[in-house]
Amino acid sequence: MNTEKKPLVEVSHLKRYFDVGRGQILKAVDDVSFEIYPGETFGLVGESGCGKSTLGRTLIRLYDATSGTATFKGSPIHGSKSKSEMKQLRRDIQMIFQDPYASLNQRMTVTDIIAEGIDAHGLAKNRKERLEMVHALLDTVGLNRSHAERFPHEFSGGQRQRIGIARALAVNPSFIIADEPISALDVSIQAQVVNLMKKLQRERGLTYLFIAHDLSMVKHISDRIAVMYLGGMVELCESDELFDNPLHPYTKTLLSAIPLPDPKLERSRERMVLQGDLPSPINPPSGCRFRTRCPFAMEVCASETPKWQEASKGHYVACHLYNGEQAGTAAKPDSQGVDHHELV
Amino acid sequence: MNSLLEVTDLQVSFYTYAGEVQAVRDVSFSLGKGETLAIVGESGSGKSVTSKSIMRLLAKSAKIKNGSIRFEGKELASLPEKQMQNIRGKDISMIFQDPMTSLNPTMTIGKQITEVLRKHQNMGRDAAAKRAVELLNQVGIPNPEKRLKQYPHQLSGGMRQRVVIAIALACNPKVIIADEPTTALDVTIQAQILELMNRLQDQMGTSIILITHDLGVVANMASRVAVMYAGKIVETGTVDEIFYESRHPYTWGLLASMPKLHEKSDELQAIPGTPPDLSDPPKGCPFAARCPYAMEICYEQMPSYTEHTGTHRAACWLQDSRAPKVERPLAAGGER
Repeated sequence: MNTEKKPLVEVSHLKRYFDVGRGQILKAVDDVSFEIYPGETFGLVGESGCGKSTLGRTLIRLYDATSGTATFKGSPIHGSKSKSEMKQLRRDIQMIFQDPYASLNQRMTVTDIIAEGIDAHGLAKNRKERLEMVHALLDTVGLNRSHAERFPHEFSGGQRQRIGIARALAVNPSFIIADEPISALDVSIQAQVVNLMKKLQRERGLTYLFIAHDLSMVKHISDRIAVMYLGGMVELCESDELFDNPLHPYTKTLLSAIPLPDPKLERSRERMVLQGDLPSPINPPSGCRFRTRCPFAMEVCASETPKWQEASKGHYVACHLYNGEQAGTAAKPDSQGVDHHELV
Repeated sequence: MNSLLEVTDLQVSFYTYAGEVQAVRDVSFSLGKGETLAIVGESGSGKSVTSKSIMRLLAKSAKIKNGSIRFEGKELASLPEKQMQNIRGKDISMIFQDPMTSLNPTMTIGKQITEVLRKHQNMGRDAAAKRAVELLNQVGIPNPEKRLKQYPHQLSGGMRQRVVIAIALACNPKVIIADEPTTALDVTIQAQILELMNRLQDQMGTSIILITHDLGVVANMASRVAVMYAGKIVETGTVDEIFYESRHPYTWGLLASMPKLHEKSDELQAIPGTPPDLSDPPKGCPFAARCPYAMEICYEQMPSYTEHTGTHRAACWLQDSRAPKVERPLAAGGER
């Protein structure tokens, strides 16, 4: 997609470690690099504990980077910044949270929740203008103006998530990090919120980082998708390509694990079921982190960390199976187990 | 059909300070031996309340107002608590949604499994411990002897859910009620647990009531489906009838709002609006306010069931002979 354009967000060898005591380090995000282009939706998927939320929170500077860099519109997100630079950054990047029950202050009215950013940045000249802005935002996200003076507990989950979206939009951001924005909602309401997010993107040219574990929804909304496993990125490509031609064995198992709403297909489908649980990120396996659960693991997987490489144009993968010479020594995943056409 | 469990005209209400909330309104279904009945619906549709009524685990503020729950000829709705205790966990057991909270954090895994065995099967300490090891093997937990001495916090989410399943299986129950058994789990772990449940059911012939909102899980596990909306079953049928020949606009909406992996569409088919407030349920069809095909009668009177086959029925005025013909939308799946 927008390869000629300059990236909006550039992440290079970003690491975020946590000291969990007793001299142990938890490597939540370990050396990831990618770009997000203006106007695109960048999907980030992986199981719980893979570091996707930590990555999102690091990009909005809720966490500092342990090492590596992340830049937004060319200037670094982390490191020392002046007060006005910080303020601008906080306006440009906003966040939508997972749990609409926990992310809204129950003691504040909807108006005060939505206008908090407007107040902090002094965007409204007087009370009247402030209320007008709130009303306009309520219209934008499909809520009623009469809802403005109510409290969060009077709303359903889907409506609360709309309030959360209105709050994020209030300061006119260009980049929104949505951390599992629909996981807490019912299916029919999920579709409403996703449609709203797509509409806002069309109207306002927003760029999204969409973090989720539900692959079918991510596929629907994203232009490109990155798959994370245990702190590292294993595959990144355009969203259709990821579903039509997944390369990394982990991506294949993830796709194969989704139960499809089609009973006939489900009865005939051969599943590639992963054995075991996610290893601890405090003491991850050597070499490739996926090797302990990978059906195609080779000797080299234990000794060397696979390189992040471009397998075909715009399709990146970190796996020894796609390393040219070494690939010959193991059976290609396509020749056994899951044929990706089954997934369609 | 040779039915094991028969629920007829069940009505359950919660009595709150704001008045009566009619969570379950005239629900009837039966469960045959060895089959999996999925009850699907959104939060607040009454699916969990229905299952808790069968187990008689309702909160104090809730009451079974009417209806019967017959299990092997016994009436559970009015059974004294003492006798219910002999059924709960023995003949009918339950798998809960959240394995983080459904296990007791202060008891070892072993103690929690053997507790059931010692109570219901009068097993001695050693016999129960032996059976517990067998059970953990059966649900695919490696090193069972070691695990028995551990506490829930030492296990991962998937492992904990396996322990919950082991406890549910301990007395070879005839019915297992699984309330969103995989919702709290990651998709790869979900695949493991679904495979396990399908395998165990094949081996033991247990009947399962599966409560979920995930239509993918339904397609994977269920033999029959009941779709609930606002405390009522609006459509019920075999899994194929529901997925390929559904008749109710709410079922269409549910199926259409799922993103399809193999096609790219710009807009998801969302169902507009939100479910009605059950403290003041509408007198007509509860879905009318959100239904694109709603007619005048829909707001006035609740439709009765129309039978399509012996197994398939839907409560919708569109099924009436006087109603205009409405084709099932393509997005709702099935063939024409």
